[in-house]
Amino acid sequence: MSSDIAAILAIDGIASGAIYVLIAIGFVLIFAVTRVIFVPFGDISAFTALTLAALETQRLPGTMGLVAMLAAMATLMQLTADIRASDLKAIPSTLFFYLVVPLVPVALMWFAAGSVMSMPVRMGLSLLLVLPIAPLLDRIVFRPIADASVLLLLTVSMALHFALVGLGLMFFGPEGVRTQPLTDASWEIAGMQVSLQTFLIVGSAVVFSTLLYAFFELTLTGKALRATAVNRTGARLVGIRPAYTGTMAYVLASILAGISGILISPVTTIFYDSGFLFGLRAFVGAIIGAMVNYPVTALGALLVGVLESFASFWSSAFKEVIVFSLLLPVLLWRSLSVGEVEDEAEE
Amino acid sequence: MKTSLRTLVAVAGTLLSGLPAHADITVGFVTALSGPGASIGIPYGKGIAAAFDYISSVSGEKIKLIQLDDGSDPSTAARNARKLVEEEKVDILIGTAQAPASIAMMAVSAELKVPMISVSPVVVPPTTDRWGVAVPQLPSLMFKAVTDRMVKDGIKTVGYIGFSDAWGDLVYSGAKAAEDRGEMKVVANERYARTDTSVTGQVLKIVAAKPDAIMNGGSATQGALPLLALTERGYKGKIYGTPALLNADFIRVGGKSAEGILVSAGPVIVAEQLPDSHFSKKPSMAFRASYQKVNGSETTDGFSAYSFDAWLIFVDSAKRAMAKAKPGTPEFRTVLKDEIFATKELAGVHAIYNFKPDSAYGVDERSLVLVRLTNGVWRYEP
Repeated sequence: MSSDIAAILAIDGIASGAIYVLIAIGFVLIFAVTRVIFVPFGDISAFTALTLAALETQRLPGTMGLVAMLAAMATLMQLTADIRASDLKAIPSTLFFYLVVPLVPVALMWFAAGSVMSMPVRMGLSLLLVLPIAPLLDRIVFRPIADASVLLLLTVSMALHFALVGLGLMFFGPEGVRTQPLTDASWEIAGMQVSLQTFLIVGSAVVFSTLLYAFFELTLTGKALRATAVNRTGARLVGIRPAYTGTMAYVLASILAGISGILISPVTTIFYDSGFLFGLRAFVGAIIGAMVNYPVTALGALLVGVLESFASFWSSAFKEVIVFSLLLPVLLWRSLSVGEVEDEAEE
Repeated sequence: MKTSLRTLVAVAGTLLSGLPAHADITVGFVTALSGPGASIGIPYGKGIAAAFDYISSVSGEKIKLIQLDDGSDPSTAARNARKLVEEEKVDILIGTAQAPASIAMMAVSAELKVPMISVSPVVVPPTTDRWGVAVPQLPSLMFKAVTDRMVKDGIKTVGYIGFSDAWGDLVYSGAKAAEDRGEMKVVANERYARTDTSVTGQVLKIVAAKPDAIMNGGSATQGALPLLALTERGYKGKIYGTPALLNADFIRVGGKSAEGILVSAGPVIVAEQLPDSHFSKKPSMAFRASYQKVNGSETTDGFSAYSFDAWLIFVDSAKRAMAKAKPGTPEFRTVLKDEIFATKELAGVHAIYNFKPDSAYGVDERSLVLVRLTNGVWRYEP
């Protein structure tokens, strides 16, 4: 392997790695706050890409139906809960948060789709439209079993992923899409052609990770999220509602997933079921960070991207084997260094 | 008086009930109108509708067509085949959209002794009591058409990139077969998955091996991924592919990078560009006209054309069988089967068919032409 090839592979790997970083950080965020390993997270990323592609071809994106359906289900569940608790005063706010708020982007899309929009508008709309999906799924699926064991939550999460993939096939169809590149420009650095798209991907990963860090350090909501992550019972005692922090975590993570979807859609063809493998690779990164440590998670996700790129050069048929084998030494080292699993012990 | 009236009614009843059953030829057609196979099952159904419009009688006898949906499920396909034979007393079975379901129907056809024409490529175990034939070109033939063209183009070394699944292996075996014949050397074998985000590594390795040409073993939309990566790396050489790339989304996603790729295809795909002397020209134009008339849209896919060819094979054999036996009887089915296996030089839209009792396949190299993607349209390349 010449140094040229190594450099090209490294750049390619870092670009895919940066996408995984965004998804992996979202994984850790949701897990820390809600203890759910949110398997369908990659699907949200893919759905954003599919929404963007639909807008580009001036079609109504299938996401609209998905969001409307989920909003209706969540509203119905919350209303039932309100009525059972005889909490009739809560009904207007339930209707507002579970029905009106998610349907705003759907309505926007309804009027906007079909007209020619500029690229930033399309991206903003796509992002806005996928934002309600994860919080609504949280309300429908996870909140009723919020206190269950991590294993049960994971099993439910896995089942939810299959349901979402099926819905994805129904709403988006079996063919893949690829959106227009954000930019065709490329720069020459030390004799290497590097496209601006690569810089945008890596830059976004850095910017959004930093923003997230600032959010956790500087805002009250961020601190509430961190408090819940550190100790759920303690956080509840000082007046932080786990339902609220959970929703916040899902919204924040959805932004990350949405951005990764927008960034990746011009680079490769996205199918309704592409999200799972993005999620799985990002998950390896999250495992390297032991599902708690953000900087190590980011480095781990980057490592997965680079390893994947080099593995596809060395032996493309065994690429996945090489990437996912990385889990074994990491898990071994983790289990030796940590000793016991803290999670179930506290309950 | 009373007796004669009764006799009259009885005679009339026998005549009325007996006549249609003996005169009509009944065809049982099964396809996937729902389920995962529907995307190709629906074109199969539209193709048979066009064929039925094109020819609806044999030697003056009407043909009756019964269509059933198998929901892309092999066991439903088998149940449908049994129902068609036992309840509707069909003379022949045609079906279905996917290979596993077609194999299941084939088993029923052999058991109940009804001839069958499969519109999917099926692998039929060697048997002495063969009741079915298959219309499509064998995959090995599809690849051979491509490698033969490579030899003609003076290609000595080829780099292979394809899916890391059964289809990828199948296309690779096609390239390997050419290597075994001493026609060329396969210098790279790279694989990728449909959900991969990048093939940069694979493409770098192929380009580094400096092959004369590249063979693409992908399919549909994601078959375009290596082409895009190759363009990015400045590859200017020749690229060859298989009929799996004959897909509108492949052209849309591949854009400029897909321009110039050469793939093998059934002649019906480019029927309007064929010379008048080509066997497929006349039937293909007739097929397209009927298709337009029945379905109200144009046809560009190869699947509906397989149904059309199955119909042509059936009509051709039925014509000869009518002289020997009456439709609706076991004798007729046996004769029809024998006549299908006696098909000689029958020109369809995909191929010239010659069936023999020792094989389920009856097409040769003439069933494939090479087409090149030029300005987003497939162009015939003689």
